[in-house]
Amino acid sequence: MLRENYERVPSGCAISGAMDRSGQRFSGSDIIQSIAMMRERSNGLGGGFAAYGIYPEYEDHYAFHMFYNDEPAREAGERFLNEHFNIAEAGPIPTKKVRSIANEPMIWRYFAQPKEEKLSSSGLHPDEFVVQCVINLNKKVDGAFVVSSGKNMGAFKGVGYPEDIGEFYQLYNYSGYIWTAHGRFPTNTPGWWGGAHPFTLLDLSVVHNGELSSYGSNRRYLNEFGYECTMQTDTEVVAYLFDLFTRRQGMPIDVACKIMAPPMWDEIERMPEDEKAFYTALRMVYGKALLNGPFSIIVAFKNGMIALNDRIKLRSLVAAEKGDMLYVASEESAIIEICPNPDKIWAPKAGEPVIGMLEGVRV
Amino acid sequence: MISYILPEFLVLRDENRCIQCEVCVRQCANDVHYLDTKDGKVKSDDAKCVNCQRCVTFCPTHALTIIQNPQEFKANANWTKKAITEVQRQAETGAVLLTGMGNPEAYTVYWDKLVLNASQVTNPSIDPLREPMELKTYLGRKPDMLEFDKDGKLLTKLTPQLVLNAPIMFSAMSFGSVSLNTCESLARAATELGIYYNTGEGGLHSSLYRYGKNTIAQVASGRFGVNPDYLNAAAALEIKIGQGAKPGIGGHLPGEKVKAEVAATRMIPEGSDAISPAPHHDIYSIEDLRQLIYALKEATDYTKPVSVKIAAVNNVAAIASGIARAGADIIAIDGFRGGTGAAPLRIRDNVGIPIEMAIAAVDTRLKEEGIRHQVSLVAAGSIRNSADIVKAIALGADAVYIATSALIAIGCHMCQKCNTGKCNWGIATQDPQLVKRLNPNIGARRLVNLITAWEHEIKEILGGMGINSIESLRGNREMLRGVGLTQKELDILGIKAAGE
Amino acid sequence: MKRVYALEEYCVGCRLCEINCVVAHSQSKDIIWAFKNEEARPLPGILVEEMKPVSFGLQCRHCDDAPCVKSCITGAMHKDERGAVVCDTEKCVGCWTCIMACPYGAIKRNESNTKVISKCDLCPDLAQPACVTNCPNEALIYVDRR
Repeated sequence: MLRENYERVPSGCAISGAMDRSGQRFSGSDIIQSIAMMRERSNGLGGGFAAYGIYPEYEDHYAFHMFYNDEPAREAGERFLNEHFNIAEAGPIPTKKVRSIANEPMIWRYFAQPKEEKLSSSGLHPDEFVVQCVINLNKKVDGAFVVSSGKNMGAFKGVGYPEDIGEFYQLYNYSGYIWTAHGRFPTNTPGWWGGAHPFTLLDLSVVHNGELSSYGSNRRYLNEFGYECTMQTDTEVVAYLFDLFTRRQGMPIDVACKIMAPPMWDEIERMPEDEKAFYTALRMVYGKALLNGPFSIIVAFKNGMIALNDRIKLRSLVAAEKGDMLYVASEESAIIEICPNPDKIWAPKAGEPVIGMLEGVRV
Repeated sequence: MISYILPEFLVLRDENRCIQCEVCVRQCANDVHYLDTKDGKVKSDDAKCVNCQRCVTFCPTHALTIIQNPQEFKANANWTKKAITEVQRQAETGAVLLTGMGNPEAYTVYWDKLVLNASQVTNPSIDPLREPMELKTYLGRKPDMLEFDKDGKLLTKLTPQLVLNAPIMFSAMSFGSVSLNTCESLARAATELGIYYNTGEGGLHSSLYRYGKNTIAQVASGRFGVNPDYLNAAAALEIKIGQGAKPGIGGHLPGEKVKAEVAATRMIPEGSDAISPAPHHDIYSIEDLRQLIYALKEATDYTKPVSVKIAAVNNVAAIASGIARAGADIIAIDGFRGGTGAAPLRIRDNVGIPIEMAIAAVDTRLKEEGIRHQVSLVAAGSIRNSADIVKAIALGADAVYIATSALIAIGCHMCQKCNTGKCNWGIATQDPQLVKRLNPNIGARRLVNLITAWEHEIKEILGGMGINSIESLRGNREMLRGVGLTQKELDILGIKAAGE
Repeated sequence: MKRVYALEEYCVGCRLCEINCVVAHSQSKDIIWAFKNEEARPLPGILVEEMKPVSFGLQCRHCDDAPCVKSCITGAMHKDERGAVVCDTEKCVGCWTCIMACPYGAIKRNESNTKVISKCDLCPDLAQPACVTNCPNEALIYVDRR
């Protein structure tokens, strides 16, 4: 199992997301069915899911999902984890043999809390402590990779069609209130399971269909704030920008969306004065965080889910609502497959985010 | 006493075409052509010709051609004709060799070794004729982040910015080194285009105050023309520490060019040489620079951005980092190909480093220190066309300054004799007979044409890359590849080789 | 009526206006042929007056109430349908009265063939007078200033 041989392998994709805004949990079988509908958009070389609310019994623990190349890597990884965290429970993630899925790494999960002495001597907020540990673990422990590290959520991914991956991880046995899925069509042959989407950072997960023409600018901007884009994927940049704006700078998520897919200058010219000043300031200060190039993304976090298109809508994205449920997907058929009669179904405008938040939680 | 110096050029006159109209006689400021009354024929004295091509352009029958003097020395790859002639000239005059415009020597032009990306298949290119393509640029200091109140309204107070319709500005050319008509052309074009022009160290002539909104007022080491009205008339201020053509030394305006208007604007006596000191005598260290930056901000009530212009030298990255921390809002870096009205030839041709390297190094250094997003970078020093502009921005510049290309647009033919004050095109002169030759109506129109054409080309290139906003090109080294560069050069530029 | 006006601040004294006037009124309309081979080359209708650094092209003002028309003894000098003052050289007897009457000194003697006067005719066959079109520094403009 190698890391990706090539940088920034461009790929076409399929994405799908479903959320129950009342917080009620539902089975993973729906999302598997939805993404399976879009099989043609993938080529079997990558699939993955993010699920929220799946570990209610450990809802205050950070749930680490890990890939290990081999036994020595697992031992080294566990040494690292044990040094920094108290592990409440550890074990392999249950999987099922699926004919089309092969060469899987060792897949383990751990429910962890930062060790008190380590946390206080670092002087960091627990979230920041976990982020630093994840970065260090990925960098220093050979053959080990952190797939996800958020509380009461997890990412499940690998090389294969997404519906097969879903079968492999037996996701129909889990219930969550947010599910997102991704199917990949890379233009090179990845061997590495870590390259599939979603990309996660704490409880933030990103599934992404697209390619960033602005990658070079965005990455250098993130470097200034301490983010090293080691994965060399476009999705990583999207995740770090959301992390920078929402977690570190405390910005509301719709403002973060407006930085990444802002209105055009001639549209801003026509706005009323205070709106014009707002958007001008945003574009002026955060110009290097503008995402150029085609994309449709679904970003999920513990309080909700947002879907966003690039400013000139070069990738497809459809959204629908039924009662408390919010659906977004690359194709209408993927939504109709699991929700035959939505109350409302629409194609979001370029640059306009679709935002679903848990009831009672503000943006 | 015979001069050993060979004429540099020969004037060839096609007698079948020459109609003895004497236009060439009237137009040559160097008295090359004359009418021989004995036979009524117009003849030429080659030795005085500087190849400015005024006569070639104006001759109504195209009877004139100027060629390099074919007279050769014995073949010598080391002692070239140029090397020999320069020694002869100094033996005759005992003087420092002076010259004008930018370094013409055969150093590598890195722009020509960079190629650009285009999007295909996995990422669609964008059609600039049908989709908006945004070049709007804000130059100035930016905060680390914006803060909003609970209603989503902006709390952070923003510092003053320059707003440009395109990432291009006219670089510093002082009134004195160039004519008032040149300044008027630049000012009018900048106003019409929604960009800025720079006064250079000559101060601001009273007739140009009306273009103040599009003016950057320069404060150079001689402090020529610096008074509170001057500072407050402009949209931004620039402290000139150095320029690419002559790093380490100050400006030089020969007394012949210091006529009444020039003297009044610069606040110096008429006919005196205007020699700017090498350093600012109140800036001997970085903290002194900080003091001057804030003095200017105080004098203008913190309403205008302050830029600092430096020449690209060996440790330009460290200097730029210091300038950013000293409170400058904009840092302008002038590479060794930058032009000038007068400079010692040896310094112009040997001192300084290429702007391509300098911008790449400064952008990377500031990024590594986590301060790149706070200041704006402007690149200068031979930006010849729109592709150079795209490459400069991809290497890290926020905008570019152009000067030589602007002068070529309005008539300069690069004869490099600006220091003599006899510019036949009415640009680098104060002789009223010659100054008339640049009609600002025509000059402004040609500049607007040039920049408009470049804007369209930049939009085409951006669209081809799959980008519809210039912000996404800044520092985007992924869009560049190197051809024929060493690994070290690739590393410094921070780009990959073509094929990688 | 449009007339030619000189902007002295832009005139560079090159006299290309004079040369182009000659070419426009020559037989061949070819500059090299006209200057090298044509026998009775016309005089330029515009003349650059110079006291350096001031210079500008001066030609007939095509006055509304033209003294030359009034003074012409044969009726050769008249206003055409455009309102321009032109001379029918068939009728001109070379008395030079108009030359003395003109307050601008814009009329010249042409003694290369029969004795007639020569002056600007506002290029009746061109959309814009040749001097205006060919001035390299836009020092001549063709406008109606009423």
